[in-house]
Amino acid sequence: MAVYRRSYTSYTGALTPAWSRFFVLFRYSRKSLFRSKLQTALFVLSFFFPLLCLISIYLAHNLSFLERLTGSNRLLRIDNQFFFYFIYVQGVLAFVLTAFSGPGLISPDIANGALPLYFCRPFSRAEYVLGKASVLAILLSQITWIPGLILFAVQGSLAGGAWTWEHLWIAGSIVLSSMIWIAILSLLAMALSAWVKWRVVAGALLLAVMFFGAGFAQAINAVMRVQSGHFFSIVYLMTTVWSSLFRLDNELSITPGEAWTALLLYCAICLALLVRKVRAYEVIR
Amino acid sequence: MSTVIQSGAAVISDQQAAPAPQTPVIELQGLSVRFGNREILKNLVCSLRGRAIGLLGPNGAGKSTLINTLLGFYPPSSGSARVLGHDIRSGTRSIRGLVGYMPENDALISKMSAVAFVQMMAELSGLPPSAALERAHEALFCVGLAEARYRELGTYSLGMKQLAKLAQAIAHGPKLLILDEPTNGLDPSARQRMIRMIRDIRDSKQLQIVLCSHLLRDVEDTCEEVLILKQGRIAHYSNLEEERKANKRFLELETYGANGDFTEAIEKLGCECAVTANRLKMILADGIEIRDIYRLAAERDVRIRRLNFRRDTLEDIFLKAMEN
Repeated sequence: MAVYRRSYTSYTGALTPAWSRFFVLFRYSRKSLFRSKLQTALFVLSFFFPLLCLISIYLAHNLSFLERLTGSNRLLRIDNQFFFYFIYVQGVLAFVLTAFSGPGLISPDIANGALPLYFCRPFSRAEYVLGKASVLAILLSQITWIPGLILFAVQGSLAGGAWTWEHLWIAGSIVLSSMIWIAILSLLAMALSAWVKWRVVAGALLLAVMFFGAGFAQAINAVMRVQSGHFFSIVYLMTTVWSSLFRLDNELSITPGEAWTALLLYCAICLALLVRKVRAYEVIR
Repeated sequence: MSTVIQSGAAVISDQQAAPAPQTPVIELQGLSVRFGNREILKNLVCSLRGRAIGLLGPNGAGKSTLINTLLGFYPPSSGSARVLGHDIRSGTRSIRGLVGYMPENDALISKMSAVAFVQMMAELSGLPPSAALERAHEALFCVGLAEARYRELGTYSLGMKQLAKLAQAIAHGPKLLILDEPTNGLDPSARQRMIRMIRDIRDSKQLQIVLCSHLLRDVEDTCEEVLILKQGRIAHYSNLEEERKANKRFLELETYGANGDFTEAIEKLGCECAVTANRLKMILADGIEIRDIYRLAAERDVRIRRLNFRRDTLEDIFLKAMEN
């Protein structure tokens, strides 16, 4: 491209629609995310388990001798439990991926004081959060519900129309359980990224919220001899929600309704933290 | 106390090559801003129309708060304001679409290259990616960062960072450029470059400039109108362009061989005179030109050794405003 204008000239060309501008942040953030080789490697690794599941589905329908060999017909049974485990494992991988990529989303903008430059344009705080959240949302979707639905489609095509129709709710469960997990992870990572300027510390905090939260919940339950400590464990809350969505009879000490409420509360807290921090200038009263 | 200022910009605009627009650039209508119990801006009322407006005041006078309020970062506690005809309460998005803003503090993402950063900012302002890339290159060429545009911003010197901030502010072709302390931390030569750049942009006549600074020279070198703030109030408004023109009537002469006859002859022309030692201060009467003074001096064999237009500098204006 030849640059021939060396003095200031105004711009008179067309503008992009206002609603699409959050996507600019998505493109740039995603580009900077995949500059890290570790990030790319983790992303690729996240597809191994779906591949394994795909092979399992194929084997379940094509190699009946395996059942005779093991003497069990449950070894490769493709049902709601199979998809529950798929979401569970991919959920863990999604968390690891978020711990690497999430903290670097907002903290560089805040650490460099760049927020005024974003918000002095026709670009709102909500669009900023949406743009940054979309990076994680799309990244995590690629390893959770999208491969989940592909697996379901493959299973459906092999098992036949009757099975697909009878188990269609599993597809909904895959999408819904992934969505709530993605929302929790994205909001939590962004809130921590906004409050902690150092990327590494923000990543460590995310791990702490998950692991220490679970430990803290166990400690409360043990010391106070109650079950309400589980409300501090996001992992436990998620497992409860997932179990209910996949219609599993896991023995859990809080109801799915309570778990949903607690998770939505966590989301609201994260949003409040983001609203408080993501602004052009902080007002010191 | 509020200060009501009626800008005389209409007079200026008639004399400029490109007339100032009918719509005021900034119109403050009893604007007050309060943070908690502290009132930062107090009932500001004014209308500014100049092509380059200076916001002047000591540290803590409320200059940056005023700019941030105009950009919609802070809500007004009472009153209102309009920027290029758009209300700051209801038309924030429209205002931001017309404005390019160069903040005072470091605001660049250190891991990005200058061209990528400026392109991203232009895209966020609504330019399509290809146009944004082209404009980013042009803006960086325009501010003199062409050679360094692929370098990471974190490796830039302070002067280069200021230029990069200017580039991102002009890349999307705004109608109004707001510069908050653009020469902060620059060495004299870098400051000169920055001022030259601002003047070039101003003289392109494609946009208007609001320059916020506590450095009198910066404002004096670039602005036509000055609004001086002090403790959140308007302390003074000055139309520098008009004053420059008006001050052309004030003369200070240093003469050799002058006597009462020369002074008398000047007074007969209708000029007011004051004599101190061999200096003569006068206000030229209407219709009297400097050549008339030279003619009188030649007729009376008076040698004029020095002739100055004596006018209040911005420093004089500023100090008076601060004293008041």
